[in-house]
Amino acid sequence: MAELSKTDEPQDATPNVSEVEVVDANSESEAVAAIEAPVERGEPILQVRNLVKHFPLTQGILFKRQVGAVKAVDGVSFDLYQGETLGIVGESGCGKSTVAKLLMTLERATAGEVFYKGQDITRLSGRALKAVRRNIQMVFQDPYTSLNPRMTVGDIIGEPFDIHPEVAPKGDRRRKVQELLDVVGLNPEYINRYPHQFSGGQRQRIGIARGLALNPEIIICDEPVSALDVSVQAQVINLMERLQDEFNLSYLFIAHDLSIVRHISDRVGVMYLGKMAEIGTDEQIYEHPTHPYTQALLSAVPVPDPEAREGRERIILTGDVPSPANPPSGCRFRTRCWKAQDKCAQEVPLLAVPERFQGEDTPAAHESACHFAEEKDVIHAA
Amino acid sequence: MTIIDEMAESPAPDGSQDTGRPLLEVRDLHVEFRTRDGVAKAVNGVNYSVAAGETLAVLGESGSGKSVTAQAIMGILDMPPGRIPKGEILFRGQDMLKMSGEERRKIRGRKIAMIFQDALSSLNPVLSVGYQLGEMFRVHQGLSKKDAKAKAIELMDRVKIPAAGDRVNDYPHQFSGGMRQRIMIAMALALEPDLIIADEPTTALDVTVQAQVMDLLAELQREYNMGLILITHDLGVVADVADKIAVMYAGRIVEHAPVHELYKRPAHPYTKGLLDSIPRLDQKGQELYAIKGLPPNLTRIPSGCAFNPRCPQAQDICRTDIPPLHPVTERDGGELVGRSSACHFWKETIHG
Repeated sequence: MAELSKTDEPQDATPNVSEVEVVDANSESEAVAAIEAPVERGEPILQVRNLVKHFPLTQGILFKRQVGAVKAVDGVSFDLYQGETLGIVGESGCGKSTVAKLLMTLERATAGEVFYKGQDITRLSGRALKAVRRNIQMVFQDPYTSLNPRMTVGDIIGEPFDIHPEVAPKGDRRRKVQELLDVVGLNPEYINRYPHQFSGGQRQRIGIARGLALNPEIIICDEPVSALDVSVQAQVINLMERLQDEFNLSYLFIAHDLSIVRHISDRVGVMYLGKMAEIGTDEQIYEHPTHPYTQALLSAVPVPDPEAREGRERIILTGDVPSPANPPSGCRFRTRCWKAQDKCAQEVPLLAVPERFQGEDTPAAHESACHFAEEKDVIHAA
Repeated sequence: MTIIDEMAESPAPDGSQDTGRPLLEVRDLHVEFRTRDGVAKAVNGVNYSVAAGETLAVLGESGSGKSVTAQAIMGILDMPPGRIPKGEILFRGQDMLKMSGEERRKIRGRKIAMIFQDALSSLNPVLSVGYQLGEMFRVHQGLSKKDAKAKAIELMDRVKIPAAGDRVNDYPHQFSGGMRQRIMIAMALALEPDLIIADEPTTALDVTVQAQVMDLLAELQREYNMGLILITHDLGVVADVADKIAVMYAGRIVEHAPVHELYKRPAHPYTKGLLDSIPRLDQKGQELYAIKGLPPNLTRIPSGCAFNPRCPQAQDICRTDIPPLHPVTERDGGELVGRSSACHFWKETIHG
C-alpha cells in the first residue's frame, strides 16, 4: 500500500520487538568512542526501553516517609531513528515533558534504559555522559523564561562552548555565534543585544541557535511553538524543518497541538497517563487510529474549516485525566473510555500490533495498547 | 434600599422585544496607552456589533487590540495609563462611555459578563469557589449568605461540575483546569446576562477539555439566547462555534465576514496568510506558508495600511493611504451580506 511504501525505515511500525544491540564498553573511553561513532540514516539512534520515572510523595517533616509516588512515566518504549522526527502528543500531565527530561538526563530514571548508540545513558557518568549530553540538546517551550535576561545573545548562544571547549576554540567563538545567528535567520549584528529586545519568535530562534551550537545529533523540542503567535509559529516550524535537512538532525517533537505534530513528524506516539497508548507513522495515527484515546483526541481538535463542523463526528470525553499518583487499574484510559469492559480493569493492555490486524497489510496494523482496538476515521467529515 | 436593589426590581429589558437592534454596538472605538516610549495606539477605530443569540468571534494575534476592546466594553480598562479618546460603546442603544461609574457597575456582571483566559489567576485563591460564586448574588441581589450558597451550588450543577454540593467549599487549587474554567463560566452566567465576553476561554486547556468547555458554552448560550463575543487566536475554535468573524490587526478590524465565507474566500491578505500558515490535521502539506516579519510595534504603527511591511501584495498606495473598510461584493457586483475588508486590493485578493 502507498502509505507503507512511503516509509523507508524497515518494520518501523513495530520497533519495540527488535532487540537492542548493546555495545559492550567496559572503559569510559570505549563508551566515548561508541558515542562519537556516526549512525546511518534510518538506523535507530535512540532506543528507549520500559522507561519509568516515579516521583516520591512524602509525609512528615523530620522523618520523611514515602506514602506513594506520582507515576509520571510508567514504562515507555520507543525508538528514534536517525534523521526522523518523532512527535509525542498527549494532554498535560501525561508525562511527555518528563520523558524529555529523562532523555536529557536532567532527571534520573527510576527504572528502564535509554540506549544512545548502544550505550545506556541512564548508567553513564563522567566523560561519557558529557559526550552524550553534547549530542542531545533541547529547545524549551517558553522563550521568555528560558533565556537569561542578564546575558547577551552572544553569551547565551556561546555558553555551551564553555562546557565543551573542544567544539569551538576560544578565539573562534564570536564568529561561530554569528554564524549560528545567521543560520536561524537573525541578524548576526544582534550579538550584543539582550533577550528583552527581541520578540517571542526571535527569542525562540535564539533558543534554537543555542541548541544547535554543539552540532548535536538529536534535538528534543518541548512545545517549541506553543507560546508563539500563529503567524510566527509557521516561521519557526519552517526553520526547524530546514535545519533538520541542513544538519541531519533527529527531532523528538513534544507538543499538544496535533495539527503541528502531524505537519512536522514522520512518526507519532500518543501518550496517556505515563504510558504510550499508540505509536505509528503519521498516516497510521491520523488516518487510521485504533486506540480510543487517539480517536477522542483527534476528534476534539477544532478544524479550521466551518464546513467540516457539521459533518465531523466528535467524541467528547467526560471527566478529567485521573491523578498519576493513583492511576486506574488495568488500562489507564478505561475510566473515560466508552468501550471499557471488565477485561480493561483487570488486564493492562500491551503496546503491540492488535491481534486482529496482525499479519495484515493495512495501515491499521500498528502498535496500539487497547484490548478492543478498532480502526475509526475521525478527522474527515462523514 | 440600595440602588442595586432598585435595579433588580425594575423590569429587565426583554431581548425578544427589540429584535433587529443589536445588543451591543461598538462604534469607531479608539484606545491608547501612554507609555515611556510614547503613546501606544492599541485600538484605532473598531466597529462591530452583536445581536442576541449571536456569536461574534474576534480573531487576532497578541497585540492586535482584541482584548483591549473587550476590556473597554466591560469598563475594566486601567485608566490611566489607558485612555479612550474617541468612540462609542452602545449597549441597547445607550452609550456606556458616557455613563457614570455607578450606572456601569449595574450593567457589569448583570447585563454583560466576562470569562477570562486564565481561571487560576482570575479566581481568588484564599476564598472558596462557593463564596466567590455567591458574591454575585450577595452584591447584586442582596441575598443572604445561605441563599447565595444554595444558588452557587445550583450554578455549579448547571455547568456540570460533579458533586457540586460537596465541592462548593473547595478552593480553586483543588479543581482541575477544565473545572476551574467551568466555575468561571458559572460566575459569568450567575445573573443570566444578555452578553458574555469570553477572552480566550479555552487557550489554557487541553484539547479534550477544550471541546467539553466550548460545548457547554454553546449549549448555555442557546438556552439563554445570549450574545457571545469570543476572543481568540485559534482559527480552529472559531470555525467550530462562530457565526461571524472580525479579524483584527494592529488595532483595526481588517476583515469582517460570516464564518463560512471567511474560510472559503478570505478578502484580506492577512486573513489569507493566517489561513495558509496553519497546519491542517486532515492533510499533510509541504512547507507552511509563513507571513514574513513581525506584528508592528503599537507605538510606531506603519503609515498607510498597518500590514503593508508584511504584505505580499503591497503597492505604493498601501504605504500612504489607510484603507477604509470596503464592502466586499461578488465579481459582478452582487452583494455579500456582512462582508467587508480593509484592503485596497480586496478585489484581487478574493477574486484572485
